[in-house]
Amino acid sequence: MSHHLVEVRELRHAYPDGTLALDGPTFTLHHGEAVALVGANGAGKSTLLKHLNGTLRAASGEVRVGELPVQAETLAQVRRTVGMVFQDPDDMLFMPTVLEDVAFGPRNLGFPPPEAEARARVALGQVGAAHLAAKAPYHLSVGEKRRCALAAVLAMGPDILVLDEPSTGLDPRGRRLLVGLLQAFTHTRIIATHDLDLASRLCPRTLVLHRGRLVADGPTRAILADRARMESWDLEAWPPEA
Amino acid sequence: MPSLAAALLDLRELDRLARLDTPVHRLDPRAKVLATAAFLATLASFGPREVSALLPLALFPVALAALGEVPFGLLARKTLLGLPFILVLGAFLPWVDRVPVLQLGPLAVSGGWLAFASLLVRGLLAMVTATALVAVTGFGDLCAALDRLGAPRAFSQQLLFLHRYLFLAGEETGRALQARELRAFGRPLAPREYGAFAGHLLTRSWERAERVHAALRARGFDGVLPARAQTAFGTGAWGFLLGWSAFFFLCRWLALPALLGGLLAGGGS
Repeated sequence: MSHHLVEVRELRHAYPDGTLALDGPTFTLHHGEAVALVGANGAGKSTLLKHLNGTLRAASGEVRVGELPVQAETLAQVRRTVGMVFQDPDDMLFMPTVLEDVAFGPRNLGFPPPEAEARARVALGQVGAAHLAAKAPYHLSVGEKRRCALAAVLAMGPDILVLDEPSTGLDPRGRRLLVGLLQAFTHTRIIATHDLDLASRLCPRTLVLHRGRLVADGPTRAILADRARMESWDLEAWPPEA
Repeated sequence: MPSLAAALLDLRELDRLARLDTPVHRLDPRAKVLATAAFLATLASFGPREVSALLPLALFPVALAALGEVPFGLLARKTLLGLPFILVLGAFLPWVDRVPVLQLGPLAVSGGWLAFASLLVRGLLAMVTATALVAVTGFGDLCAALDRLGAPRAFSQQLLFLHRYLFLAGEETGRALQARELRAFGRPLAPREYGAFAGHLLTRSWERAERVHAALRARGFDGVLPARAQTAFGTGAWGFLLGWSAFFFLCRWLALPALLGGLLAGGGS
């Protein structure tokens, strides 16, 4: 088995109020794949992503990253492999400056300060945000914050990128920049999004979640264009009707 | 809402000022922390009715602010925030000690009023110095300096988290107040609404804090923040620390105002 593979089997998760957020999705991600995860609000997309890096733990079922089952003993290795960009970049950017924030992950991985800083600068360069290094995160625009949050994950050198609604709140230019960036990456990527245009541009494969169940898994264009099924999942087809 | 926004803006302004590059910013943060500790110890060592003897100590925060290019308006605003607490603390002193100890023309000043004035001067000096210290050092470096000086790591890390969560809680409060104001048309918050508002705010802040924590864990955080880049305690830092310590010593033991007054009076005769 490739160590870049993600395997999810019969995953179930219920929130403390009893809401069943995930009801048995089963799928695998292969090395270098870019996969879109779509679904209406509350379909379980974010909950599923949080299981991939162990932020949430499965009530039943299994998540494996490469050879490792995602469990308490393997979390450090799993999180080194699976880099997660959270939905709200404000939740990620924590340190007084962008550079320190991007270096935060590498420092936690044990890199000495000069090397962590070098990795942070490279990652900021990759996302076109090198000029923001000395700024305070809260002084950035939404687009800049998103790029810095992405850099914060890239600096850790993950094999798999997990992105939760990466285009939310971006203006057209910021969104174009983001699409260009993500197209350039060769990481295995799973992107939860409502942005079907972004999904069709970046991801040859799409998973559809509906009320916690995996209801479709296949070629993006074919799934998104199936108007009747998309509407039955409370989604709209892509491209929209002229 | 405007006052909350202004308070957050002032906090961010302090962070911005901390990234300036002046000689006092470049000093090892430990030197500034230790000098401030010596300042506070000196301030606390004076007798309870001392007022004029405290005044020369104001040179320390004034010098920090001037050398660090910290606007005095900002310092005054942050310092005045603490004024109500000082007033409440000292409010009963004039009633506890009513024995006249000083005659100012026809006015007999009691020991209680002198103690109140002394508390006021000490409180304001401590507030203005702490604010100036944060502005020329930065909260992160301040916490790192405490860490390197041997303060319990749990304390310095909690202080750093407090600083970050202060912004989160402030932003959540600001958003909630703004959303309410847009539909309130000037009606103030009714007493029965306070509980629901506070509960809602607490839940939102809690959830946000959990998301921040999850994001930290996802990047390998295990409860201990990595140490920041370390500066050397060079000659400049020693000079700063020893110079100010000597000044505080002089202020404490030589009663500078009386000495200066005597010199001026002697020079004039």
